[in-house]
Amino acid sequence: MLIEVNGEKKELHQPQALAEAIQHWGYAGAAIAVAHNDEFVPRSRYATLQLQDGDRLEIVAPMQGG
Amino acid sequence: MTALNWEIGGRSLTSRLLLGTARYPSLTVLQQAIRASGAGIVTVSLRRESAEGRAGSQFWATIKDLGVHVLPNTAGCKTVKEAVTTAEMAREVFETSWLKLEVIGDDYTLQPHPFLLVEAAETLVRRGFEVFPYMTEDLVVAERLVQAGCRILMPWGAPIGSGQGLNNPWALRTLRARYPNLTLIVDAGIGKPSHALQALELGYDGVLVNTAVARATDPVQMGRAFGLAVEAGRLAYLAGTMPPQDLAEPSTPVTGTPFWHSAQQEFHG
Repeated sequence: MLIEVNGEKKELHQPQALAEAIQHWGYAGAAIAVAHNDEFVPRSRYATLQLQDGDRLEIVAPMQGG
Repeated sequence: MTALNWEIGGRSLTSRLLLGTARYPSLTVLQQAIRASGAGIVTVSLRRESAEGRAGSQFWATIKDLGVHVLPNTAGCKTVKEAVTTAEMAREVFETSWLKLEVIGDDYTLQPHPFLLVEAAETLVRRGFEVFPYMTEDLVVAERLVQAGCRILMPWGAPIGSGQGLNNPWALRTLRARYPNLTLIVDAGIGKPSHALQALELGYDGVLVNTAVARATDPVQMGRAFGLAVEAGRLAYLAGTMPPQDLAEPSTPVTGTPFWHSAQQEFHG
């Protein structure tokens, strides 16, 4: 299935929870926050949120700002 | 405790300078500039992160190392939904409920959207955020933000990154006079230390500066210059500035001046 991550399509071969997908894509240990289909997902829900084909994710991290 | 100490969002600080962290030549210069400025609050943001890059984690480690308070922003947001979701993500990553709320209404001036700003502030205050709204200097918008529960207001001096200084000192003075007990910060448009000093002389509680320091020839030196300017401005406000007047008044006593009245100046209009 295809998941859109930060505007780019990424392939997932099997249905996964957000926590597994994040690890699979190499984000483990990074200071990140996630929005799923435009809704904020608290870290406590990563393990239970099952991704569906066509889902959109925003994965953001700290950045310089004014 | 000196007269310069102040409280903002439940925290006690000494410097009245808030510093942005963007547009510096390097992370090292940023770090040195923050230290030299004495700023106790720095603004930060969120951006899409690639798994390979990890630039965000490195930046965040640098900031945490400084031991300053962070104020996350919602820069680039144009809708209430975007701003609220970004705020929630920022609260989790930065572990603070402080939020510089930006909802932009015009791409060319980056002017805050007054109506959407109020709407987003209402939602975020209800969700427990300490909202620092980036706003125009409009008195009625200020009142609506106060009604929404904001305890801090951040009117612009001029458009972001423009360096024009305080374009509407009258409106800024009016806000200060109408809200004597609210925390007021001039945010955006400050181009040089004299602009910051002017804001503090008007009785503003602080200023938020970014580009003026980051894009200076020597950002570290400029950071220190701004630190000194806000301190001078606050002291001047507390000391009470003299009222201006139209005509000269000799500062040196005239009694006993040598040759007093021996020469008379004549004006021929």
